[in-house]
Amino acid sequence: MYEKTYPYLFWIPLLPLVGAAFNLLVGRKFSRRVVNVVACTMVGLSCLVVLSAIWTHLYPMWKAAHEAHAEVAPRLVLTVWDWIVAGNVDIKLGLWFDPLTAVMTFVITFVGFLIHLYSTGYMAHDRDYARFFGYLNLFTGAMLMLVMGDNLVVLFVGWEGVGVCSYLLIGFWYDKDGTEKAGDANATAGKKAFLVNRIGDFAFVLGMFVLFYFTGTLNIHDMSENTGRLLQSWNAFGLGPVTVAGGAAILLLIGATGKSAQVPLYVWLPDAMAGPTPVSALIHAATMVTAGVYMVARLNFVYMLSPTAMGVVALVGAFTALFAATIGFAQNDIKKVLAYSTISQLGFMFLAVGVGAFAAGIFHLFTHAFFKACLFLCAGSVIHAMSGKQDVREMGGLRKVMPHTHWTFLFSTLAIAGVPLWSGFFSKDEILWKAISQGNPAWPMWLPTLLYVVGMLGALCTAFYMFRLYYLTFSGESRADEHTRYHMHESPSAMTAPLIVLATGATVLGFLGLPGLVGDHNFMHHWLAPVLERGAAVAAASSLAAVGPNTLSHSHSLEGLLMAVSVVVALFAWLVLARKLYLGGFSAQIERTVSKLPRLHRVVYNKYYVDEIYNALFVLPLKWTARLLSDAVDKFLIDFVLVNGSAKLVDVGGIILRSLQTGNVQRYLLGLVAGTAVMVYVFAGMRVEILVAPGAPAAAVATTGQPVDFSARVGGARESNLEYQWDFDGDGTWDTQWQTSPAARHTYSEKKRYHVRLQVRDRSDRRVKSDTTTLEVR
Amino acid sequence: MIPTTHFLALSAVLFGLGLMGVLLRRNVLIVLMSVELMLNAANMTLITFSRAHGQTAGQGIAFFVMALAAAEAAVGLAIVVAVFRSRRTVNVDEINLMKK
Repeated sequence: MYEKTYPYLFWIPLLPLVGAAFNLLVGRKFSRRVVNVVACTMVGLSCLVVLSAIWTHLYPMWKAAHEAHAEVAPRLVLTVWDWIVAGNVDIKLGLWFDPLTAVMTFVITFVGFLIHLYSTGYMAHDRDYARFFGYLNLFTGAMLMLVMGDNLVVLFVGWEGVGVCSYLLIGFWYDKDGTEKAGDANATAGKKAFLVNRIGDFAFVLGMFVLFYFTGTLNIHDMSENTGRLLQSWNAFGLGPVTVAGGAAILLLIGATGKSAQVPLYVWLPDAMAGPTPVSALIHAATMVTAGVYMVARLNFVYMLSPTAMGVVALVGAFTALFAATIGFAQNDIKKVLAYSTISQLGFMFLAVGVGAFAAGIFHLFTHAFFKACLFLCAGSVIHAMSGKQDVREMGGLRKVMPHTHWTFLFSTLAIAGVPLWSGFFSKDEILWKAISQGNPAWPMWLPTLLYVVGMLGALCTAFYMFRLYYLTFSGESRADEHTRYHMHESPSAMTAPLIVLATGATVLGFLGLPGLVGDHNFMHHWLAPVLERGAAVAAASSLAAVGPNTLSHSHSLEGLLMAVSVVVALFAWLVLARKLYLGGFSAQIERTVSKLPRLHRVVYNKYYVDEIYNALFVLPLKWTARLLSDAVDKFLIDFVLVNGSAKLVDVGGIILRSLQTGNVQRYLLGLVAGTAVMVYVFAGMRVEILVAPGAPAAAVATTGQPVDFSARVGGARESNLEYQWDFDGDGTWDTQWQTSPAARHTYSEKKRYHVRLQVRDRSDRRVKSDTTTLEVR
Repeated sequence: MIPTTHFLALSAVLFGLGLMGVLLRRNVLIVLMSVELMLNAANMTLITFSRAHGQTAGQGIAFFVMALAAAEAAVGLAIVVAVFRSRRTVNVDEINLMKK
């Protein structure tokens, strides 16, 4: 009843992938119009399939479940094919579509469609038009696989797929020259993103292995039905016992910190701004970087079984939110500010899922996708107008030149800053409220308060640096040079139309998640509840004290008070701080403050030197190791010793043997004769061997008092000419005369090892040969 | 009757002389002649044992060897003539085209 097979599900990821195949394989041969029509249509159609799946199936199913108070998540499923079947591994290419997937796919296809549309204007003059749209489509398809996969393997394929597209698009201008951005730097930024993500993905794969090893399945639904196995003890790499859920949760979290740019693996995201701006909007703001949040929310039943892991998630999130926000204070590159802002906002999402407010995290993901995509696209529009310049010190005064960009940027800024009535206010405020009102007995008493305070400071910083950016870019008079000012213009409608749609979304979508203070009207919460409350139910069933509402959570007066604090903080940062310091450009006061604290400014301006520290701690030692291995193992051992050495050995052997080949036939013949002589001597001589009855020739065993029969076996001589002589006890004197019979008999009286000796002589040519053997007498 | 060992000794001497000639002489014609000498030493052994055992098989083989020696001489001499025409020498030290 709550699970239905929906045969059209596979079209959602397939359509963008078809677009990618077309644009990457043959797109070059078609006109730009064909390329962008294909690219946008495919994503648009995919969006329509998503909406129709929600409207015709998922929403009615959800509604029925909601009204029946069923705690089961409605879902549409489709097994495309059996993928990996080997032994007890049974992995299907299975897609599913439940309320959480619906939110994600809607964001990806809808925001993705707008960004595709925007790109038709932004990239209009680029040489590799088809390649760009091919990558963008490929990314959309991979991201849809990520959120639609019903098992971790399909999720991981999407996870890596988006990583590859991210790499390809960051380094998209790998050969850009003639501008201030050198192609090499772009390619390096792409490689950095890829490599940093590899570190996270390694842990992610380990997490998958742990889950598979202990639960026997990678299917997310099956796993959530069998959570008892997640509570087994696992001796994590010999470091100590943890629960499977806790260990896997931490490993997967490391993967998420890579993909979602959290401390300590966030360092790639600011550099990723080297890519075209629509890429920053789509991949590095709205969708890909939220994959980690999605993964934690999707595996909420794993995380909820480990309060410790949840605490770590929340702490990482809160710290990242504040840390990245403070870096945003001193950046002058418009995209860098937005990049640190993205890291900070992702931190808020992690804070939310870490305190068990999964719906709040996904809601913030949802609103963030709109306002941050809008901010990035506005930044792109600004860069477009500024002839490629990104430094806010050269901007200012753009309010008059580009009214559409200005208004949409302002609305999105109001949203991200958390000004009431805009969407960011609702989503961020819910996170902050949950941060203090949710907890766990296993956590230290102060943790919720700490999370709240850090989160609130992060929100304060966010409002400040965003309005700083807004004022520096749009207010006052232009600080640009003559040439740039001459070319300034508002962007074409292909670019401004998406901005208007996104800004509208950023403004009104908050009403999908109204706070509990005004009644139980939080649609987003109810919509996601069947999926995201699975973890709490599982924890309750395991009689585990899960992360959940604490004693503060019932106080509406506290909730109202904290909301008022949020409003005051946002308005204070905007109207008192940013407006005073940056309206119309850098004010004298901020110049004075900076000059009073030169060292602090330098540290923040240089992003706390984190890149330099990582460089010294990890990159350089790795480079040294690589150089050592390259020189000692590759160049010396393999190239010099093994490869060239073996060749040299053959060469030297050839030189030696070559000297034998003189071409002188008589010399060869001499060799032949000498060889024959040696062989005659060795093989044609007389051979003698002692045989001990009953036939075992070597180390034979005999008994005292029993007569032992010996005989001689002789080869290479005429029997009738031979004479034999024996020494049975090895004392050096011959015990028999020369006799003509090869047989002899002796009786031993003492228990010991004897050396038996035989001498044979040929009467005709006087040859003498001998043989010895040992005999054990017992 | 002359003992078998005398014949065998003679053929051993002839074989040894032939071998020395093949190994030591430098003139191709002498080398070929020495090869003939070795073949005939072998023939002599065959005939000796044939006589000692009272069987004719050995003598039959000796005829085959003679026929073979004749053929070998014909081919060998033809090669010597050809080599002499191209190299203007019959010295085996100077006929070393198979070197390296």
